[in-house]
Amino acid sequence: MSVTTYRENPVEQFLRTDRMPHIWCPGCGIGTSVNCFARAVLECGIPLDKLAIVSGIGCTGRVAGYLRLDSFHTTHGRAIPFATGLKLANPELSVVVYSGDGDLAAIGGNHLIHAARRNMDIKVICVNNFNYGMTGGQVAPTTHFGRLATTTPYGSPEIPFNLPHLVASCGAVFVARWTTYHVVQLQRSMVKALKKKGFAFIEVLAPCPTLYMRRNRLGSSVDMMKLFKEKSVVKHGIDTKEVAITNYEDPIIVGEFVDTERPTWLDNYNEIMKKRLGDKYVPWGVNNG
Amino acid sequence: MANIKWTTADPKGVLTGAHYLDGNHAACEGALAAGCRFAAGYPITPSTEVVERFASRIPEVGGVFIQMEDEIASSIALQGAVWAGLKAMTVTSGPGFSLMMEHIGLAAMTETPCVFVNVQRGGPSTGTPTLPAQADMMQARWGSHGDYEIIAVSPSSPQECFDFIIDAFNLAEIYRVPVMFMMDECVGHMTEKVIIPEPEKIKVVERRWTDKKPGEYLPFEPDDDLVPNMVKAGDGYRIHVTGLTHDERGYPAATDVTVHNKLVRRLCDKIYKNAHKIWKWEEMDTDGAEIVVMSYGISARVALRGIEMARERGVKVGLLRLIVVWPLPEPRIREIADKVKAIVVPELNVRAQVAREIERVVAGRCPVIPVGHAGAGVHDPNDIYNAIMEALK
Repeated sequence: MSVTTYRENPVEQFLRTDRMPHIWCPGCGIGTSVNCFARAVLECGIPLDKLAIVSGIGCTGRVAGYLRLDSFHTTHGRAIPFATGLKLANPELSVVVYSGDGDLAAIGGNHLIHAARRNMDIKVICVNNFNYGMTGGQVAPTTHFGRLATTTPYGSPEIPFNLPHLVASCGAVFVARWTTYHVVQLQRSMVKALKKKGFAFIEVLAPCPTLYMRRNRLGSSVDMMKLFKEKSVVKHGIDTKEVAITNYEDPIIVGEFVDTERPTWLDNYNEIMKKRLGDKYVPWGVNNG
Repeated sequence: MANIKWTTADPKGVLTGAHYLDGNHAACEGALAAGCRFAAGYPITPSTEVVERFASRIPEVGGVFIQMEDEIASSIALQGAVWAGLKAMTVTSGPGFSLMMEHIGLAAMTETPCVFVNVQRGGPSTGTPTLPAQADMMQARWGSHGDYEIIAVSPSSPQECFDFIIDAFNLAEIYRVPVMFMMDECVGHMTEKVIIPEPEKIKVVERRWTDKKPGEYLPFEPDDDLVPNMVKAGDGYRIHVTGLTHDERGYPAATDVTVHNKLVRRLCDKIYKNAHKIWKWEEMDTDGAEIVVMSYGISARVALRGIEMARERGVKVGLLRLIVVWPLPEPRIREIADKVKAIVVPELNVRAQVAREIERVVAGRCPVIPVGHAGAGVHDPNDIYNAIMEALK
């Protein structure tokens, strides 16, 4: 009689297994990114009880609900300001925003740029699947020029956002982009982001086979993984002006584009208060727990 | 038993003494006395002084103020702060209040205790930024989509801005509900003597933390008062909080009619069924009155002169001043309606926002006469007097 040995998947401890199966389609890239994230958390050794995850609305917005962490599934586009309140009220927490391109860059775009400008100490993981998946495949601020979506049935007339450039120009201290093909690199960048103090942003390019790819006749998820493999060029430290993805045929520049240091919002707040108020001021979030 | 623990104010936030303050500054002091340690706001007339004072006071009290990029951000940043364990508020006026509506619904759905201060100005749209109105009363109650109940409190003076915003914070904690603190430009900018008591004389409710341990705790399992006890992020409970319809575990059940019905009914019932513990009003000369004026905020104060003029002519007029406007003290309103010739309701809106609700409650027992005013000023007491005299006929 053969004995099958069973080893628990190391990421299982991060998952609300009682909520499985998840809602994501077969071939969707979000799950891949979550797997990388769970492994990154494991690797960087953050105590799980002090790690909170905040999502907005949409397919990626569901990530918070599947992670066995303090998790907040907020309103559409507003994960970042919620995370800002959470982090400032208890600076001991590590706060990660995990959401999609539509949520973070369209309806939530204003919060994204201001959080980067403030160097708010939160980590933002933006899964970019080039369209609105949850609502059935509408055009997003990331949709390739000319491509089809339900609300651009003749092709999108808009030039998409270059998200790494957007956040880098606002002052993000860590900016990276990978695809769901680059699981090892993505996990490594996530570890760096989690350890980084300040506003860190990772764009994860992911296939949406059910809506975006099918409507645009781009094949299956496997085809997109092949595209990711073939079209990706790793260019660490490149000027983010150069990393726009306007057309589906463009090369995909991936890598860690920005990795720098500057004081966070709270560092500056404490320093200014200390300077003006002297000993009357007890720095917030330093030893107030 | 519900985990409600009364304590006294943290002395760090209390400026004990006699002060000469406007309503906006007094509201800020009240919030600090109530234990508010986080505020997020966006500048908007006529409310801005509340957060300006908060920004200046909070560094020494211990807490954080941040001016966010808009009111949408402010109204959810404060909810993040609440889930991190602090008491929090945001402050705004008309257009900003409109932008906050979605997050009032989020706070109602996720049972996030917090206070929204609205120093009302005239609308619609940009309206009269520097002049008063009471035309957001229905918006405060129903402005977010979906079914829910909130609590609304309305002060008539700077002293009450101090005193009643403490009630607002306490009610928010007890019922885990967003509380609307409905000021108006007139009360906000009126300067009067404000007495701030010693901290030990200020009663404050702590957050209703659970006694249960991780594993046995269900984040949305109601206690016997229909309100769930709370935890915060970082305590090891690993909770999930969502604006989707959720079960007692906090897990989404957005296609489950039974779960949805149970949740929404409880969100409403926790206010309806506890309403008798929430109501707060003040009466003057209502015994034996022929006419009772029912009003709130600045209008109740202006009405005093109209009432006085009628009394000088021998009319028996009383006043019922709502301090908690939502929920209305329905049984008392009906009791009065059974005894009087008419109820007169002056308020700074022309659509009779509160008067219509009083009319619904009165259900034909007596006439309910709204005395509307479009705002950008307060009533001429003569108009209230005339309405009283008309009602007598």
